[in-house]
Amino acid sequence: MSRVPTGPRACFVLAGLLPLVNFLMPLWGIRLYAPQYPEGISMYIWINRISGQVDLVNGLNHYIGMKPIDPSGIPELRWMPIALVTMSLWAWLVAAAANRLLALVWTSAYCLLGLVGLVDFYLWGYDYGHNLDPTAPIKIPGMTYQPPLIGTKNLLNFTAVSYPHVGGVALILAALCGLLGLWLFYRTPSGLRERNRIE
Amino acid sequence: MSRTGYARPLSLSILLVFLLLFATSCKQQVSTQGFMAEDAAQKVYVPPGKHDEFYAFLSGGFSGQLAVYGLPSGRLLRVVPVFSVNPENGYGFSEETKPLLMTSHGFVPWDDYHHPELSQTNGVPDGRWVFGNSNNTPRIARTDLRTFQTVEILEIPNSGGNHASPFVTPDTRYVVSATRFSVPVPQRDVPIQSYKENFKGTLNFISVDPNSGRMSLAFQIVVPGFNYDLAHCGRGPSYGWCFFTSYNTEQAHTLLEIRASQNDKDFIAAVNWQRAEQCLKEGKGQKWQTEYYHNVYDEERHAASSEVRREVTVLEASACPGVVFYLPTPKSPHGVDVDPTGEYIVGGGKLATVIPVHSFTKMQKAIAEKKFAGEVAGIPVLAYEATIAGEVEKPCLGPLHTEFDGQGFAYTSCFVSSEVVKWELGTWKVVDRVPTYYSVGHLLIPGGDSQKPWGKYLVAMNKITKDRYLPTGPELAQSAQLYDISGKKMKLLLDFPTVGEPHYAQALPAELIKDRVAKIYPIEKNNHTHAVKSEKDARVERRGNEVHVYMTVIRSHFTPDNIEGIQLGDTVYFHVTNLEQDWDIPHGFAVFGSENAELLIMPGETRTLKWEPKKVGVYPFYCTDFCSALHQEMQGYVRVSETGANVPLTYGTGK
Repeated sequence: MSRVPTGPRACFVLAGLLPLVNFLMPLWGIRLYAPQYPEGISMYIWINRISGQVDLVNGLNHYIGMKPIDPSGIPELRWMPIALVTMSLWAWLVAAAANRLLALVWTSAYCLLGLVGLVDFYLWGYDYGHNLDPTAPIKIPGMTYQPPLIGTKNLLNFTAVSYPHVGGVALILAALCGLLGLWLFYRTPSGLRERNRIE
Repeated sequence: MSRTGYARPLSLSILLVFLLLFATSCKQQVSTQGFMAEDAAQKVYVPPGKHDEFYAFLSGGFSGQLAVYGLPSGRLLRVVPVFSVNPENGYGFSEETKPLLMTSHGFVPWDDYHHPELSQTNGVPDGRWVFGNSNNTPRIARTDLRTFQTVEILEIPNSGGNHASPFVTPDTRYVVSATRFSVPVPQRDVPIQSYKENFKGTLNFISVDPNSGRMSLAFQIVVPGFNYDLAHCGRGPSYGWCFFTSYNTEQAHTLLEIRASQNDKDFIAAVNWQRAEQCLKEGKGQKWQTEYYHNVYDEERHAASSEVRREVTVLEASACPGVVFYLPTPKSPHGVDVDPTGEYIVGGGKLATVIPVHSFTKMQKAIAEKKFAGEVAGIPVLAYEATIAGEVEKPCLGPLHTEFDGQGFAYTSCFVSSEVVKWELGTWKVVDRVPTYYSVGHLLIPGGDSQKPWGKYLVAMNKITKDRYLPTGPELAQSAQLYDISGKKMKLLLDFPTVGEPHYAQALPAELIKDRVAKIYPIEKNNHTHAVKSEKDARVERRGNEVHVYMTVIRSHFTPDNIEGIQLGDTVYFHVTNLEQDWDIPHGFAVFGSENAELLIMPGETRTLKWEPKKVGVYPFYCTDFCSALHQEMQGYVRVSETGANVPLTYGTGK
């Protein structure tokens, strides 16, 4: 068996491992602050569920006519775990096969998936923030309540802060690992086998 | 010319010197006073949004409740209903809390709460529970310091005037109590004149479950019919003993102010409870038939229930030699306080000219050497000289109660001379005194009756207020006064008015409680029989002429909020569950014309209001606790029709 460099393979082992953090930690965090809530209200989006003070958020949101956040109505929470496990296995396949084409496809697919995920998240936020019940007790002309994708935004008496949680950071790191691995694979212009021959 | 020429500048300069002296002295006075006031203000100032250093629990006396204050600010944080009904939140009115106030005399809606006593672990307040006594209809209550709710009330049989109560052993194995008014034991119809033959005292030992805090009356020691006034239990070397003061050893039953003040010395009863346990084990106790209530609140059922107990274990003091000894103590002693080491037992002879201090070591020796001065009803009376460690000479007039700072000093309140005296244990010398405004009763030092007082502050609880605040007619608030005792000299820092008439009070560092306090009741743990955990399950059910409304509340609506089909003659039970799981979002429930109270329902809690409408009509109900921006919209209607009317039972919200 020919010797293959450990660097790029380690990158892909890690790129496969990191997404799995999401089975232990949330993907995204949202915190809401208001004069009445100096301690803040927390909500956490996982790949397969939503935790934190969801009932409280729903209770407050009904005043502005936002529909309740119901995890069973979000199909993403069912397919996200499958997608992540698939990407992890695939990353390890890249590490095992040490095939740079496969690595290129993985990295592109992974980044595309991340982008799709962010757009999807944005669209959910848009839907929650704009499709308001016309009979809501609090109606402010022109006001919508789309939460920030990332960062801070003032919504009436609330300040909403949205940020990637440990799981989200792990996903970003996995992408960086993939890119680094890919770069290492391609650093030798003719690929691994030739590099082995040179050695 | 030349003389006056000299004289004028001279006299002018003298005048100037005087003026300057006068001016500087004036300035000095002002600045000194200014400094003092500022200094005191700084010491009690707790900036907005900041917390106090100590929780203080002041009894409400005739209010029957327990007031919670922050120290050093003196801010009233909350009044916890204990022995008196509280229409404000439905305590004693809601079906869930009524059983707490049941006694063998029926539902007693009021009592006289005298002494809060914090539970202790290893001789130090642990912040778990605060016990309290009711003086009128003898009972002991336990308030949980996680929820600040009264969770248990135990009636004490064979007792009258439960004053020497509720004092704990250092491990809270027992809470003790004794009867201030001796009564026929067991109660029966006898002439009052037969006091000496028929009237007895009881010293009661209530055991406390170390995990649940649940109380049970372990045994009662029957003693001669004196007035047993106050108590404290030993610690360290004196662990295993409790001490009870008595007065009226003359056994007068009328005009006590004269007739009970004749004896030169009354007694402190020293009770060896470990010996009592031994005697009971040896079968020297008796089972007496009686009747008393034990009321317990279950946090998960969100309801109290009463059990009637019919038997009590009784030990005659004379049947168990070595269980009780009498220590002669001058002139109708009131307080009995054990110092932090457990060696000294301080009596507060309210008519005495000295503060007598007994030594536990000397007492043990006197017992061993049988240095008896006599015997009362089979109970040995020890010789005064054999047990006394020292007397604080001429301390003040009317010494009542003593607390300790853990630095070797004792602080005694003096009712008649209206002051607090600080004296040193061992030398028995008075080292400082400060006036109180006016006529001080009990004192409080954080941990001041425990093994390790935190010291720092002293609160005097005064019986007379007079001109201390803006007047409010003939009836005035009672006044507490906060002193800084961290230095050699006591310094008055603050006056603050109190709820009812505080008798005793206790305090402990906020850290022991504040991080454990419950913020909500988890709805998933709510096991109330009539709880509704989802709006979907809200409903109205008729059972004969009882109508049960299973109602939910959440910002900002009731479910159901329109109810029809109630008829005159129906008894309606509103079982209201607060679905909120958010801190500080209680909801209220009040219905028009109700002869009952309102309800305040905490997040996750269920409360039931019984309503018997007397007139046909449509009755509004609404939320009484301003809960949200749409609180004013949080309302509903109940339609009440004639008996037998053809109106079907319907209900709903938003239909």
